[in-house]
Amino acid sequence: MPLPQESSRRLDKAVEGIMVWVLRLGGWASVLVTFGIVITLITESEPFFSKVPFRRLITDKMWTPLFADPQYGISALLAGTLVTTGVALLVAVPLGTILAIYLSEFAPVRLRELVKPMLELLSAVPTVVYGYFALLTLTPLLQKIYPDLSQFSMLSAGLIMGIMIIPYVTSLGEDSMRSVPMLLREGAFALGDGKLGVALRVVFPGAFSGLAAAYVLAISRAVGETMIVAIAAGLQPKLTFNPLDSAATVTAFIVQVSLGDLPHGSIGYQSIFAAGAVLFLMTLGFNLAGHALRRRFHRAA
Amino acid sequence: MHFAGDSIVLPEHFLEHQKGRALRRKAIDRWFGRLGLILTLGTLGVLAILLLNLAANGLFRIDWHFLTSFPSRRAAEAGVLSAWVGTALLMLVTASLAIPLGVAAGIYLEEYAPKNKWTDFVEINIANLAGVPSILYGLMALGLFVYKFRFGQSILAGGMALGCLVLPIVIVSTREALRTIPAMIREAAFALGATRWQAVWHHLLPYSTGGISTGVILAMSRAIGESSPLITIGALTFIAFLPPPAILDHAPFVSFSWLFSPFTALPIQMFNWVSRPGEEFQANAAAAGLLLMVITLGMNGAAILLRRHAQRNIKW
Repeated sequence: MPLPQESSRRLDKAVEGIMVWVLRLGGWASVLVTFGIVITLITESEPFFSKVPFRRLITDKMWTPLFADPQYGISALLAGTLVTTGVALLVAVPLGTILAIYLSEFAPVRLRELVKPMLELLSAVPTVVYGYFALLTLTPLLQKIYPDLSQFSMLSAGLIMGIMIIPYVTSLGEDSMRSVPMLLREGAFALGDGKLGVALRVVFPGAFSGLAAAYVLAISRAVGETMIVAIAAGLQPKLTFNPLDSAATVTAFIVQVSLGDLPHGSIGYQSIFAAGAVLFLMTLGFNLAGHALRRRFHRAA
Repeated sequence: MHFAGDSIVLPEHFLEHQKGRALRRKAIDRWFGRLGLILTLGTLGVLAILLLNLAANGLFRIDWHFLTSFPSRRAAEAGVLSAWVGTALLMLVTASLAIPLGVAAGIYLEEYAPKNKWTDFVEINIANLAGVPSILYGLMALGLFVYKFRFGQSILAGGMALGCLVLPIVIVSTREALRTIPAMIREAAFALGATRWQAVWHHLLPYSTGGISTGVILAMSRAIGESSPLITIGALTFIAFLPPPAILDHAPFVSFSWLFSPFTALPIQMFNWVSRPGEEFQANAAAAGLLLMVITLGMNGAAILLRRHAQRNIKW
């Protein structure tokens, strides 16, 4: 006769065996989501890419796939994404880096502990609220400086997007700067350098791959941001590099088409998946680069 | 020439020069400290301006009528009833998808997964997934949930899109919470004959509820504010009815037909009002924005406090 413990032991083993599989399925779910995204983008955009010759994607000057006389110049969308992202980075990289240096090297500990979570709130604000702010508050303000600024402008959307991505630069940057060993700082102080000198000549280079990861992830955020640009930068694709102008980004185009009637299999339907595939490739590149940089930093530190 | 024992006399002007340099360095440091403080406060000021701006433009619109009315062509009569009900139901679907899957994945990767290429791949995959633009989750939901699974442009499709979107947040925070538990807890449980699952269920999970709930709150707050995936799957911006009720007064008493109902949500409703001309609609947009800000910032604040509390109470 088996001991009572033995049968309960068998039950425990059985539960263990079941739970391993339940948990493993959870782990696979994340892979499944990635596959879902990739497969959907490929299969639904395939009709578009097989219909439109690659040459026209490059050489056409306008992006009007839904018109009777369609043009497929994807550069018109990429220009919008490039300009808004550029403006956002002009705000977020300098400001975010200065804040990271300040919080890591200068600020009193209690101030830092207070400020850091509050800064994170900037990236928790719903993006539709940022869009509202850019369109109805910032744009009228900027129009006082640049009277020829259009109602929708990439400048306004980009500036607000820059504010939104500051926390990505600051928190990752600050983390990597603080993990630079104290010894290196002390050595530089002993040689007579000041705080800012140590920050710029010792800490900044020491934390550079961490900071680079922060910049790259911020770029990825800006490229994929949708609502701010859809609301404040305009929905009309236009090949322009003037930030005072309005133009649609890759993401804004998807929103613009989605707002209309969108029958399954129509050219509009296929074109947003094509735009989505382009967007996915861009952000995937930045994400993988950021991930690799971060890993390299952790290994070096 | 100097020899050992000789005292080195540095020339006066050299010392003066060095002193001047040191003073200049100090001045630069002070100056940068001030700059950093000003910029930090300025950046946080944007948040304050955002809130004040919304309050100034929309606070007067928020009353009982606004919360209990459907959208309307007349701005002054419009409200957010269908929007907040939609958001609440979406969150129900999102939470029941993202929380169990995310926590399970977190436990698996932190406690069970062997160190091999496949696990590496899953980890890179999760890191990348966290950076995939939200609108692409919308496209996936449109192609997969709306058309392939035939869920239609429904609460179920929208909630699942948001669930996939916040899945990485739940996974990462679960892993981080488990990682802070020292190995001795696990070893003690194993020494007493516990299986791995028993160690997880009786010890690791209870000790990490603080961290996991922080992540869940952050994930839900992110989902509440998202609009682009919902626009992509075709959430309507003008909905003047509520989904069918979940609880019936006759058998079988519960109904899930609301899952397949068309819907709108708070950020979608706000987007609709922002894009309409006229100050009255913009006031409505500000009011909806204020509601969104109070909800999301409130949830984030709660998460910060919870994390502090959880950290303070645990002493291994």
